[in-house]
Amino acid sequence: MKQLKFFIKKEFYHILRDKRSLLILLGLPVVQLLLFGFAITTEVRNAKIVVFDNSKDNVTQQIISKIQNNKYFLIDKTIYNQSQIEEVFKEGKIRLAIIFPNNFQNDLLHNNKAQIQIIADATDPNQATTLTNYVASIVNDFQQELNQQSKIILNIKTEYRMLYNPQLKGAYSSVPGVMGMILLLISAMMTSISIVKEKETGTMEILLVSPMKPWFVVVSKVIPYFVISIINVATIILLSVFVLGMPIKGSLLLLSFSTLLYIFCALSLGILISTVADTQQAAMIISIIGLMLPVVMLSGYAFPIANMPNILQWISNIVPAKWYIIIVKSVMLKGLGFEDIFDEIIILTVMTILFLIISIKRFKVRL
Amino acid sequence: MSTIEINNIQKKYITKSNTITALDNVSFTVDQSEIFGLIGPDGSGKSTLFRILSTVLLPDSGEAKILNYDVVRNFKEIRKIIGYMPGKFSLYQDLSVEENLNFFATIFETSIEENYELISDIYKQIEPFKNRRAGKLSGGMKQKLALSCALIHNPKILLLDEPTTGVDPVSRKEFWEILNKLKLNGITIVVSTPYMDEANLCDRIALIQNGKILDIDFPKKITEKFNKDIFSITSDNMYLLLNDLRKFKDTISCFAFGDSHHLVLEKNKIELIQLEKFLSHHKNLSIKKIKPTIEDCFMQMLQNKN
Repeated sequence: MKQLKFFIKKEFYHILRDKRSLLILLGLPVVQLLLFGFAITTEVRNAKIVVFDNSKDNVTQQIISKIQNNKYFLIDKTIYNQSQIEEVFKEGKIRLAIIFPNNFQNDLLHNNKAQIQIIADATDPNQATTLTNYVASIVNDFQQELNQQSKIILNIKTEYRMLYNPQLKGAYSSVPGVMGMILLLISAMMTSISIVKEKETGTMEILLVSPMKPWFVVVSKVIPYFVISIINVATIILLSVFVLGMPIKGSLLLLSFSTLLYIFCALSLGILISTVADTQQAAMIISIIGLMLPVVMLSGYAFPIANMPNILQWISNIVPAKWYIIIVKSVMLKGLGFEDIFDEIIILTVMTILFLIISIKRFKVRL
Repeated sequence: MSTIEINNIQKKYITKSNTITALDNVSFTVDQSEIFGLIGPDGSGKSTLFRILSTVLLPDSGEAKILNYDVVRNFKEIRKIIGYMPGKFSLYQDLSVEENLNFFATIFETSIEENYELISDIYKQIEPFKNRRAGKLSGGMKQKLALSCALIHNPKILLLDEPTTGVDPVSRKEFWEILNKLKLNGITIVVSTPYMDEANLCDRIALIQNGKILDIDFPKKITEKFNKDIFSITSDNMYLLLNDLRKFKDTISCFAFGDSHHLVLEKNKIELIQLEKFLSHHKNLSIKKIKPTIEDCFMQMLQNKN
């Protein structure tokens, strides 16, 4: 026991004395989360638009003021001439144009229907869709108000609702992804590198020759990164709740439990990598290509899994992060309970056990 | 009973492109309280032999016993009685001298206090720097610390793989003095070195090349067995001198040895005068008949083999 205690102490010395790596280990999640939460966002804010009101009646004025009061749009009032439209779009001055035809109010009140033309810059299709949806929903709201006031029932009505992320906040989808990625990176990559480092510097030969049990080596290597992972999870959750304003709709206990399970899974994956790699470089390359890329590409974090070809969908099943991200989304955003994420938890548990069994089989008491 | 017995050890490394025979039918014994030297160039199989003896590598065939424990079957017992210093052993660079020693004491289930006497001679020399990180020590101090770490659990046998490689001459001398003291304490030491001059500091040596043992004997006996004349020759133009000497009709071999050339001739065949005459066109010529060194013997053995 004394051996194990001292060995763990030694591992903490290694980590704490390498100030630069420590900064990366603890700072990386913060930077990533804030970057994905604020800077790299799919959310649209202060989008410049232009409105051409050819009707200039009561109704159009009301709609325009509604759009104006919305924080997503900024109406550019310097453009008056409709013939300029194409030019300003090309220059990238505006993202969206709204055109009211002549006699808008007349048409609406007498024919019970009117048209608004919305032109969007679709070079960025996602953004264009988002913006037109915003405008459409504002117009819909207005229609409903009108319907309540008058007895005439207007025949255009679109139901519009964004599930779980009504404001389409980018952070909501990036937090689970960042958690899945950071934990895997720190637990698996750092653990494997630190075990392989002993092989590379020749100290492993001494450790093998010593009467110390081989699993002591592994446990001592794993514990410090386990601690760091927990610190990281706490940072990520605190930041996402208090800075990004994300709710935790489900049970915090359940979220913590499944996160611990995922950390164990990543750590055992790290041990497995260390039994395969002989140099720190190899361990790093295996971790980045074998873990990072699948997490980014195949976990459903960056690209929706449902849109992938069948073969990639199949491969995505063996990426542990995919299951963890489903768990986090279910618990944090949807507020689902244990029975809803039971399958995912079982899958992660089986993966962890599998990784550990292969590692134990592969761990050599000799060189 | 010998402390270490090695019988017909064979070890091959098989890679995709070729097979390298690291050890080819190696057999020898080491007695109690002996400093046994493995002398050979890089890649001759020394480290492989150390790894087999320290139980971290399995031989393809043959057997090795340390105090009657088999290195394959009884590896757990052997690991308790040996102190092993691997060739590329570099300690933990970011731990201090004291922390390194403490760590190795702990994993070998002992403490610095318990075995301080054993290492005090060596450790006293590095104790002033005990709070310094191992990575900032000089080569000699690093090796002393590594030796302290290998000794801390009071092993009966020390396996030192090239402990003096990359160490300055003064520290090398100190290191060998330490080994002699340890020997007097009853510790059996197997040490390897690529430096031929260190061979004379061993009790017995094995000359090893390409995984084959060329000879095993007392260093003195090995040089005595050398039954040829050897001359140390210098002149102003060393390059021309080497070419000339190699052209000499009775030359068996001639190699550059530091600042002079060593010429090997059949015993009592050529008089000094004949040589002087042959080399008369060289300026500042100096020819001395010398006693052979281990290196001369080693070179000769390699020549005979080819």
